[in-house]
Amino acid sequence: MQSSVTQPQSATPGSGGPPPEVGPPPRRSSGRAWEWSLAALLLLPNLLLLIVFTYRPLLDNIRLSFTDWNISSPIANPVGLSNYIEWFGRDDTKIIVRNTLVFTIATVGISMAVGLGLALLLDQKLRGRNLVRSIVFAPFVISGAAIGIAFQFVFDPQFGLVRDLLARIGVASPDFYQEPGWALFMVTVTYIWKNLGYTFVIYLAALQGRRADLDEAAEIDGATAWTRFRRVLMPQLRPTTFFLSITVLLSSVQVFDIINVMTRGGPQGNGTTTLVYQVYQETFVNQRAGYGATVATIMFVILLVVTVVQVRFMDRGKQA
Amino acid sequence: MSTPTIVGSLDDEQLPQTARRGRRRRASHHAEASTHHRGPLWTAAGYAGMVLVVLVIAVPLFWILLTSFKERGDIYVRPAQWWPDPVTGQNYRELTTRIPFFDYVRNSVIITSATSVAKIVLGVISAYALSLLRFPGRSVVFLVVIAALMVPNQITVISNYALVAQLGWRNTFQGIIIPLAGVAFGTFLMRNQFLSLPGEIIEAARLDGAGPMKLLWRVVMPMSWPTLVAFALITVVNEWNEYLWPFLMSDDESTAPLPVGLTFLQNNDGVTNWGPVMAGTVLAMLPILVLFLFLQRQMIKGLTAGAVKS
Repeated sequence: MQSSVTQPQSATPGSGGPPPEVGPPPRRSSGRAWEWSLAALLLLPNLLLLIVFTYRPLLDNIRLSFTDWNISSPIANPVGLSNYIEWFGRDDTKIIVRNTLVFTIATVGISMAVGLGLALLLDQKLRGRNLVRSIVFAPFVISGAAIGIAFQFVFDPQFGLVRDLLARIGVASPDFYQEPGWALFMVTVTYIWKNLGYTFVIYLAALQGRRADLDEAAEIDGATAWTRFRRVLMPQLRPTTFFLSITVLLSSVQVFDIINVMTRGGPQGNGTTTLVYQVYQETFVNQRAGYGATVATIMFVILLVVTVVQVRFMDRGKQA
Repeated sequence: MSTPTIVGSLDDEQLPQTARRGRRRRASHHAEASTHHRGPLWTAAGYAGMVLVVLVIAVPLFWILLTSFKERGDIYVRPAQWWPDPVTGQNYRELTTRIPFFDYVRNSVIITSATSVAKIVLGVISAYALSLLRFPGRSVVFLVVIAALMVPNQITVISNYALVAQLGWRNTFQGIIIPLAGVAFGTFLMRNQFLSLPGEIIEAARLDGAGPMKLLWRVVMPMSWPTLVAFALITVVNEWNEYLWPFLMSDDESTAPLPVGLTFLQNNDGVTNWGPVMAGTVLAMLPILVLFLFLQRQMIKGLTAGAVKS
């Protein structure tokens, strides 16, 4: 199979030189080197970006949390654990953690429950369901900042839509702008309104993949609707519920745009301030980047722990 | 039966892993079983539920739209006057004269298109290397890429802000775009797509002497358009709506995108002059809603698969 061109080289056997390039093994190895460098070339830009703008700042943020850095000065003095001690001792920490918990539990719980309910509803054979599905999903693609600004007007206690609707049934509008509890309510409702489409669409996909025959079998066995829901449907949706509980939790804990445009963390200073908003305020408004980095680190650790617990919980559920 | 709008798009391989478990191949069996025996009362309740949902979603949007066409006196009146009388374009005129509205639009277009192009190209070539090229440490590299999904933006902004400020890149487009350009989710999505392609076709192309780049352009990409379109759409939507980073990077209309520009407008006028503010939000929502109207299947495919992190 050797060509005449290579004949002179191979005519001297035992010369110890490398085999001619036409043979399969060497060709593969040179091909491999080429493949490696191509892979490096293709991956390097993205890897560099992720390392420089994701992993580096993650570690740098932890370092900064032990300093008194003020975001603009070139100097950051190490202060040991004092930011952490300050955070655990400060009065506003309790309020901010409570706000974060209320907001997160309400948004995760309600958007998952209502999302499932809507998915069940719009999985039925009803006329016009496709249009309604699109309408439910639409707010999810709109900018959170635009929705936040628009809903600030919707909730305007003087001239807003909510005030008008309440007035029709003879109820006075709560002061969504000035009362911390109602402000938190306003932000929570707005967030759920915007993100409902996501849980809905994921649950709908899961429902369409479920086994209808199990449900039929249970029905023939005389199971009530509630029993079928709990014993037949929910176990089948378990992986979806688990998946959503993590993704929805992560995104609602991180909400910034809606709070920033609607309340700036107020009223009364920290009425709607969550941990993420506190990171922004301490770092960029109060110029205490070291303290902001501390809050960010604490938040990151909490999220990590919660996610690990959720995964554990899921694993245990699988074995049971 | 009319063609399903959302079902169709959720019915293929792009379902999230978790949603697919226990799934049967036959697509027609779903849901039908649960309605055939239900009485008219139940059906009526179903329609009532649908009407309620539509009202909850649509009425606020409609209210915002109506407000944007009202004269100022018609906005600040109690009880509320629902229909603009007369209909006026005044708010839209004010919006474009009081703030440099078109500068914000231009910035949004620049940031969205540059970031999207960067992310799509980087996502495709990274995914290609991670799925169809063989090299040592491939799985480690893949892990490094997808682990980035677990890092919340908020923990990276402080240090990134410092870095970008140090480079003198605040209020520049590169300062906004480059830190956003790394792509973890898209790499994951496209890699799964490339791995799902039939190996025989790729082997055949290789044996025919197709080089790696030719393989990508002539063989792999033509078979991956639907996933690429989904990935591109979700990227465009996310970048158009991106808020925190451009908000920290831009102080004025030289680089601020539309959502940040709206915040500036709201700071100035806010509660005291809702008309132009509502006109601005309508114009900010419109492009994405139009895109959604025409491409919702693909968009939902990308967003549901894109569940992990936006």
